Amino acid sequence: MRVLIAEDQALLRDGLTRMLTAYGFEVVAAVADGTRLAEQLVSVRPEVAVLDVRLPPSFTDEGLRAAIAARRTVPGLPVLVLSQYVERLYARELLRDRDGGVGYLLKDRVGEVRRFVEALRQVAAGGTVMDPDVVGQLLDSHEPLETLNPRELDVLRLMAQGRSNTAIAAELFITAKSVSNHINTLFAKLGLPPAAHHDRRVVAVLTYLDRPTR
Amino acid sequence: MRSRAREFGWLIAGALIGLPALGLWALVVASAGLSLAAGLGLATFAGVVWMSRRLAGIQRRRAAAVLDRPIPPPYRPLPAGSASRGMASRGMASRGMALRGMALRGMASRLRTVAADPATWRDLAWQPCQFVAGVGGLLLAAGLWLGAAECVAAPLLVAVFPEPTGFDPALLDLIGRSEPLAWAAVPAGVALAVAAVRLPRVLLRGQARLAEALLGPTKAAADAARLSARVDSLVATRAAAVDASAAEVRRIERDLHDGAQARLIAVAMSLGVAQDVIDADPATAKTLLAEAKANAGAALTELRDLVRGIHPPVLADRGLAGAVEALCLRSAIRVDLDLRLRRRLTAPVESAAYFAVCESLANAIRHSHAARVRITLVDDGAALRLTVHDDGRGGADPGRGTGLLGIGRRLAALDGTLHLSSPAGGPTVLAMELPCAS
Repeated sequence: MRVLIAEDQALLRDGLTRMLTAYGFEVVAAVADGTRLAEQLVSVRPEVAVLDVRLPPSFTDEGLRAAIAARRTVPGLPVLVLSQYVERLYARELLRDRDGGVGYLLKDRVGEVRRFVEALRQVAAGGTVMDPDVVGQLLDSHEPLETLNPRELDVLRLMAQGRSNTAIAAELFITAKSVSNHINTLFAKLGLPPAAHHDRRVVAVLTYLDRPTR
Repeated sequence: MRSRAREFGWLIAGALIGLPALGLWALVVASAGLSLAAGLGLATFAGVVWMSRRLAGIQRRRAAAVLDRPIPPPYRPLPAGSASRGMASRGMASRGMALRGMALRGMASRLRTVAADPATWRDLAWQPCQFVAGVGGLLLAAGLWLGAAECVAAPLLVAVFPEPTGFDPALLDLIGRSEPLAWAAVPAGVALAVAAVRLPRVLLRGQARLAEALLGPTKAAADAARLSARVDSLVATRAAAVDASAAEVRRIERDLHDGAQARLIAVAMSLGVAQDVIDADPATAKTLLAEAKANAGAALTELRDLVRGIHPPVLADRGLAGAVEALCLRSAIRVDLDLRLRRRLTAPVESAAYFAVCESLANAIRHSHAARVRITLVDDGAALRLTVHDDGRGGADPGRGTGLLGIGRRLAALDGTLHLSSPAGGPTVLAMELPCAS
């Protein structure tokens, strides 16, 4: 799978390249600044891009802006955004186009190598992966979620992180069938339209959680 | 009605204050002549100055009350040893002969200062002005009342004194004892009475203005005083800011030392041991690796929290508006935001404002137990106004709680201000202002 890496710290850039190569990805470009990233995202058209939010020249949210701009040109261009810290504000901006193929993770998660690679694959496939911290921020701020029982909340939390039904089932020690039952009930409780496709479902949940009126 | 009477009383006092003017000036002139002959002139002059300063002091307080703004005394500080009030060095007689010479020299030098002080002469210039204004004002006010009384009573007077007598009120001559004119004088008398009621206030204000002009500091002196007060406050806030930043650096150092640094050492240790035992005991090595990974993760979390505490990345990325928005999104309670800020401000202003909002929000949740908070951020070009309003239980005490003090200090370092209103039972409103002209 062709992947583009944008990371200004050489240590991390090389580490990511080595790791992804080891897991069978083909690193087609590794850039170190926001300007190059914006060009390459559109010209190289990787199957998935891993990028750092903070990049030169401005060392602010260059990477995030480049990703959002590139997705405007190439809708649904899969990007996995890494950051030293996560902000719900940024998650909202990334999810705004509702095209899926978006990931937003703390840089620390790279340490969980297998899960990280899995997340990258999911994003490449058009899925949506949110960092547990973002999901936590979203869930904490919601009173209406009192209608959900604890089990359903667990399912919601894992689903928003982009886990598949099978993964959720394994994590909660329940069957995949009851996972999908839980998902159906919580969708009904939240008043969301039933969506067949798993990834659309995640986007729906996240957008619901991040709607401005609380 | 009582306040009218009091105003009239004040007017009388004003006249009394002005009254000694002629005597004082006569003594000033006399002291100039006497001083050639003996020390008597100096003593006289000292007495005059003491008296005029007392009178000026009284009038300054009265004027400040009338104008509702302070009139600071403009006198130059006296040389050391002037603990006894004004010119009178009271303890002199009781001291020994050796001391007397010194005391006399001290008194002479103090007198020189006083004579060279323009404020002394402005006081003395004010005296005759106050004499004219005070006595004239009182006569005018009293005359007005008398006139009003005569006019109102004119028909009665005409009836009582039909023929000219030796002590006729002036009015009777004026209207020639004509009855129709006497009746016509009644409304004029009422008008005069109204004027007489109003007059004292006008006169008092005039006298107060006079006092402010002559007894207050000159513009140059006032500017100098303002500058010096400003320097004092800058010195204080700078010291506080330096203290605060030193404390902050110490806290960061401690956090790094106890947190991330310690964890990284643990990681290195686990990895080192794992490296040694990996062939002989893979199971232990695996446990150690897992430990190392957990510690590395914890170190990262601690570093992230630390960085957020020093300078939140989102503040650098998006400025104050974006950072406050992000903060509210993270908040556990409902926050209504009213952001009227379209530009990036200087980094210190953004930082101080952001931490003020953070701290206020944390207080609202932690201490006030608020369910809802409203944050307003308005940039009017010259100043940034921040309001944090919560529906909690109130009763916040700015004297206690380091949070509020910290906000105040941070804002003060940038010339900002903080006002707290927090009655028991709520709501708590924290209004802050930061100058931010670009």
